[in-house]
Amino acid sequence: MTDTLLAAHDVHKAFGATPALAGASFAIAAGELVAVMGPSGSGKSTLLHCLAGIVRPERGAVAYQGVELTTRSDAALSELRRTDFGFLFQFGQLVPELSCLENVALPLRLNGQRRKAAEATAAEWLERLEVGDLAAKRPGEVSGGQGQRVGVARALVTRPKVVFADEPTGALDSLNGERVMKLLSLAARDTGAAVVLVTHESRVAAYADREIVVRDGRTRDLAGAR
Amino acid sequence: MCIVIGMSLGHTFLGLLEDHPSHGYDIKRVYDERFGHGRALHYGQVYATLSRLLKNGLVEVDGVEAGDGPDRKRYSITAAGVTDVEQWLGRPESPEPYLQTTLYTKVVLALLTGRPAADILDTQRAEHLRTMRELTQRKIHGDLTDQLVCDHALFHLEADLRWLELTAARLDELAAEVRR
Repeated sequence: MTDTLLAAHDVHKAFGATPALAGASFAIAAGELVAVMGPSGSGKSTLLHCLAGIVRPERGAVAYQGVELTTRSDAALSELRRTDFGFLFQFGQLVPELSCLENVALPLRLNGQRRKAAEATAAEWLERLEVGDLAAKRPGEVSGGQGQRVGVARALVTRPKVVFADEPTGALDSLNGERVMKLLSLAARDTGAAVVLVTHESRVAAYADREIVVRDGRTRDLAGAR
Repeated sequence: MCIVIGMSLGHTFLGLLEDHPSHGYDIKRVYDERFGHGRALHYGQVYATLSRLLKNGLVEVDGVEAGDGPDRKRYSITAAGVTDVEQWLGRPESPEPYLQTTLYTKVVLALLTGRPAADILDTQRAEHLRTMRELTQRKIHGDLTDQLVCDHALFHLEADLRWLELTAARLDELAAEVRR
């Protein structure tokens, strides 16, 4: 792949005596949506954490825009995650004390934007994700599906280059899951963000451009299976 | 993809005619719009089905219009036709047993002949996911009827994929058993 944005090569990682990744490789181009599939405990979430610079691999390399993440300091990695990466998890992980609007504005505020400008942008994103009417509500006052759409808005509000989505529909019923995936995929394509989508559900993976499978800590690109 | 073809074209026509009497041409047009999903009926199928329904007393000719071409017959449903379609709608469809799938046969043959069965499963998995991606794109950009038709197919493909995954996880066990 010539226009690779983020890549992992032969990554190994163990937690104690338990190997999580044993030679995993992955590459994603700008604007691409790639599903990482595999059974529970196969290492797919660990791969996502290595790609996002949250976990340092013991062996192998992870490079973002051609620069190895392992060469960056913790502070530089934190900054990269704030400016270039967006995150979406299974349970929204919104800050319960903040309103939905403040939650979406939070990444912009952490990047130094003034409150008014940040909240204006956040309000636009809430509208886009069809939850504009929830701006003043706290996460505890909205449904799981609504909270996850607020989560999508927060993941994309900084216009990241890569969004890491770890089982984003895992806690939702089918209808809400479909709605979240449709909005996430359309919004990511609009902004040109690449999406690393970890899921064990094939119907969720079908929103991606392609998929790789992780089994026993190793990756397999299904496109190459034919 | 079409959900109705192969099940009962006759009953579908009866249901459409119960809504209102129609010419063969209009029945085909409405059928293609609602149920065809890219696979239009042939006129031969339409008129053969209507002839059969006529012969069985389930529809009758309601009127004939003369035109430039052949006369156009207008069909309406009979009381027997209404009873027939009602019974069909109330009867559950038999779930497919899916016991003798081609894929199962391929996996067993691969194991028997020492070929990589895991590759067969992965190849099939990739093909299933490719189809699921196409259906998902159609669903994203389609209306509610598109969504329902695509969901029907997607749930079936998902069931196949779950079988593929389970079989992949049991290949060693299966290999030992088929070689016994």
